[in-house]
Amino acid sequence: MIRTDVFFLYLVVMAGVTYLIRMLPLLLCREKIKSRFIRSLLYYIPYAVLSAMTIPAIFYSTGYLLSASLGLAVAVVLSLLEKKLLTVAVGACSTVFIVECVIRYLL
Amino acid sequence: MGYLSVSFAFGIFAVGAGMTVWQAILVSLANVTSAGQLAGVPIITGGLPLIEMVLTQFVINLRYSLMSVSVSQKMSPKVKVWHRIVVAFGVTDEIFGVAISQKDELETPYLLGLMATPILGWTLGTALGALAGDILPGIVVSALGIALYAMFVAIIIPPAKKDHPVAFCCLLAMALSAAFRYIPFLSSVSSGISIIICALVSGLLFAWIAPIPEEKGSEGKDRADEEGTVAT
Repeated sequence: MIRTDVFFLYLVVMAGVTYLIRMLPLLLCREKIKSRFIRSLLYYIPYAVLSAMTIPAIFYSTGYLLSASLGLAVAVVLSLLEKKLLTVAVGACSTVFIVECVIRYLL
Repeated sequence: MGYLSVSFAFGIFAVGAGMTVWQAILVSLANVTSAGQLAGVPIITGGLPLIEMVLTQFVINLRYSLMSVSVSQKMSPKVKVWHRIVVAFGVTDEIFGVAISQKDELETPYLLGLMATPILGWTLGTALGALAGDILPGIVVSALGIALYAMFVAIIIPPAKKDHPVAFCCLLAMALSAAFRYIPFLSSVSSGISIIICALVSGLLFAWIAPIPEEKGSEGKDRADEEGTVAT
């Protein structure tokens, strides 16, 4: 259990930073960003963030390394086929579920 | 539908990480940002330093500042400062996507209407996911644990397929992230800080060696729109 006061302290800081990032440009920055470098950085960062968050964490997101790996493989294939986000997620989850059923049956 | 399913997955994740249902709901209501929340929850449950929360949220949510800049330019000059301050809370991917596609200048009532549904959907999805995580059997929760990451894969891969620098940037970020996990000395760095370093190093390197073409500014927005239907 997280202590309630600690939770609210972190929540306020978290929400505050997230909010300021959205608010300050809306208030201060009414001109287009001219720097090509900054625009490029802002273009790449979201993809880099999501990549770093996914690998290797995805391998430990389920009960077994094997089920997670196969789930990732299915997600990659479905994404390459440009399936919808929800389809990719359902495909990966179903794969993990089936693989874990098999693992539990065999063990 | 997009944010309902992502927030559902987040709810399961948050409860699995040790949060109560109410805490998960409050995190969603106060932040309305998927990747930021996913990185923030372990910082709270793990009792990591507050400064790490500040830095992590700053880097992960940096993209919102770009969206805010675009939305700001679309807003009518008549919009009052305190209206801007309220509307800022709702700058998420999908709101950005819709707002930016409007031809007319944006007025406050329109933006407030645009904000309401995603914020409600996001919070409701989290509540359902958190409750489901409490009730459902372990094997189902285990299977749903991969959902958010699978969605991230689905967001990264289509643009990486078309734009090779994006693909290499992603691969570099993944390799660095894996290094932080498995190399003994580096693995002492906490998860939030490691994400920041991986993302900044990859982003800075590719902004330097493969800057986006001048005219690509609008294409970047189109991408954000596509992404916008799915991720908050």
